[in-house]
Amino acid sequence: MRGPLSLIDIDQLSSEDIQWILETAESFEEVSTRAIKKVPTLRGKTVVNLFYEASTRTRLSFEVAAKRLSADVLNFAAQQSSVSKGESLKDTALTLEAMGVDAIIVRHSSAGAPHLLSLWVEPRIINAGDGMHAHPTQALLDLYSLRKARGDVAGCRVALVGDIAHSRVARSDLQAFSKMGAEVTLVGPPTLMPAGVERFGAKVSHDLDEVIPDCDVLYMLRVQLERQAEGLFPDLREYSELYGLNSDRMRRAPRDVVVMHPGPMNRGVEISAEVADDPRNIVTDQVVNGVAVRMAVLYMMLGGD
Amino acid sequence: MSAQRLLIRGGRLLCPFTGLDGPGEILVVGERVQAIGENLPDEGARVLGAEGLLVSPGFTDLHVHLREPGREDEETIASGAEAALRGGFTTVCCMPNTDPAIDCVPVAEAVLRQAAVAGKAEVRVVGALTKGRRGQELAEMGLMWRKLGISAFSDDGCGVADALLMRRAMEYVRIFDGLIISHCEEPSLARGGQMHEGYHSTRLGLRGIPAAAEEVMVARDLILAELTGVRLHIAHISTAHSVEMVRIAKQRGVRVTAEVTPHHLIFSDEDLAEYGTDLKVNPPLRSAADREALREGLADRTIDAIATDHAPHSREEKEVEFDGASFGAIGMESAWPALYTHLVDTGILALQDVLAALTCGPARVLGLEPDALGLREGARADILLLDCDDDYELAAAGFASLSRNCPFDGQRMRSRVAATVQSGAIKYQSDKPRAAVRQKTGSKRGARSAAV
Repeated sequence: MRGPLSLIDIDQLSSEDIQWILETAESFEEVSTRAIKKVPTLRGKTVVNLFYEASTRTRLSFEVAAKRLSADVLNFAAQQSSVSKGESLKDTALTLEAMGVDAIIVRHSSAGAPHLLSLWVEPRIINAGDGMHAHPTQALLDLYSLRKARGDVAGCRVALVGDIAHSRVARSDLQAFSKMGAEVTLVGPPTLMPAGVERFGAKVSHDLDEVIPDCDVLYMLRVQLERQAEGLFPDLREYSELYGLNSDRMRRAPRDVVVMHPGPMNRGVEISAEVADDPRNIVTDQVVNGVAVRMAVLYMMLGGD
Repeated sequence: MSAQRLLIRGGRLLCPFTGLDGPGEILVVGERVQAIGENLPDEGARVLGAEGLLVSPGFTDLHVHLREPGREDEETIASGAEAALRGGFTTVCCMPNTDPAIDCVPVAEAVLRQAAVAGKAEVRVVGALTKGRRGQELAEMGLMWRKLGISAFSDDGCGVADALLMRRAMEYVRIFDGLIISHCEEPSLARGGQMHEGYHSTRLGLRGIPAAAEEVMVARDLILAELTGVRLHIAHISTAHSVEMVRIAKQRGVRVTAEVTPHHLIFSDEDLAEYGTDLKVNPPLRSAADREALREGLADRTIDAIATDHAPHSREEKEVEFDGASFGAIGMESAWPALYTHLVDTGILALQDVLAALTCGPARVLGLEPDALGLREGARADILLLDCDDDYELAAAGFASLSRNCPFDGQRMRSRVAATVQSGAIKYQSDKPRAAVRQKTGSKRGARSAAV
């Protein structure tokens, strides 16, 4: 399969594309269990991690994925983006292009930055998270993880809980889960719901307790402290009382419910310590699966030439 | 030395001031129209052929940013006034958000002097409403009026957050029945926003500026205008609800006028899907339903004028991440082609309504005596020749403006300004080669004969 020139968001992938990525990831998963965890698939290719925002797991995950495919990996940890000081995004991209990199994996605090890069330079662009816009590889690894946990995504009742408005993970997951036939409910206070949410085809609820008994997946989003400073909810105590996942709520959920989280978890805020450690919480699997899914994405974008 | 004579012959005269619509000739002597009629004498006159063209009064742009003083790399008064002429604007009103701001007599005097030296479009100054546009103390509006005749004031670029200060400004300019131009944007609601808040901002992951950010200040200023009796002009109106409030206020007898930009009439928030920073403007491009309401408001005269909000920005300020890009688009040289192509040629708005919003509408906003304006004997000869049977690609690269942030760049256009006469002098003529015209006619004939 010849991949797209850039992976910006889930919207651009068909369900067949997604199916292909998930199946390819499955075959790559085995590589990570070998004594020598490496295949020569992308030997001679160079990918760069261009990260304008702090990230540990996504950057490491991409780096491990690329190295297991034998690609050369450069890490470019740019300082927080600033147009007023330092080199512009465009100049940085032109520099990387001049060095002959084959793909740029970019994380940026500005929505649309990966799309603009794809217009400016030749190397393939992979979006590793842009502002509040999209995080397509997270959504793909979530699909992969859920499929492993439940067998099938189609028909799953998924509750995405928390700060939907500011979350790129929520946007990409909503698209990905819906595309693969899951039934998504967005749960959170009205102040954390994005504008025009009714046009996204998901149900919306402000009451987690009402949703809990009828869901197969509880996807808990990270709550950022700065949202309280913006006046979007009164304080963390009230937030976790109304929208946090604790043992009491877990008891009212179906027994085989799957708990997911993009990490890093705020224990005691959106998820209690007991639930964080509950075996039904697959957050660690999500991290493990991230490597295989990103190998599949890199292979889709760079392999097969 | 006898005055220069100019005879405009062969076109269709269309004048929103007088209601004139039909074939005719215009004889200009010196700065003024001497006669309008048939078979006017051409002895000693330069003849400007207008066969097949529309002849209209010059346009007035109520809202431009000329960037001088302060950002002469982006625009100067001379380059902006030349861009105006090319766009058919014989008069432009420049906003005071320069550096330093045009908030006192010396700065305003310097701007007017530069405009006189340039000798291109007439430049009228809009003075700042508060000192340094800081929204804290009133600027010396009375002095700017008394010494320079400036009678319109605005802190355009941001809204006046303090309602009491706005009330005082409105009361104060009653000394000379001045005009307050309000940039309606409640800062606490708009803060951090990058585009119109709605489905598309969510999809693109960009922070939204809700329609309410404009509407709460439109409501406040309409109420204060009714209280104070001031003449209030709403700059770059962008939402359906704002239009409705202005409509109601007019019915109540409030002395309010409003302007809309070509880009708000033509684009909507959906057009930002590619994160194109030339479409990042303030107020933001609104929803398709808002755009529809703006068009209706223009057709029923709730909105008096079309103004470009010409806002030049350097490439460094635009060729960046969407979050970091400056707000604003240039508009003087694209306004007429874009309005004609997107709205008139498509039948969405009537030619007469669009022309009115570019000529007598702005004059009404400025409180000018309409009997002395337009295509009539004795009026200042500000006259345009408009070619409405064209087909070409608009190229910002060739603009007189020093900036290139034009969202219409590269579009195919059906009309162009063929010539601009300002104060009786031909100050701009399109260099569209005659050969191209013939070629086009020829190919049409060719097509016809092929069909036969």
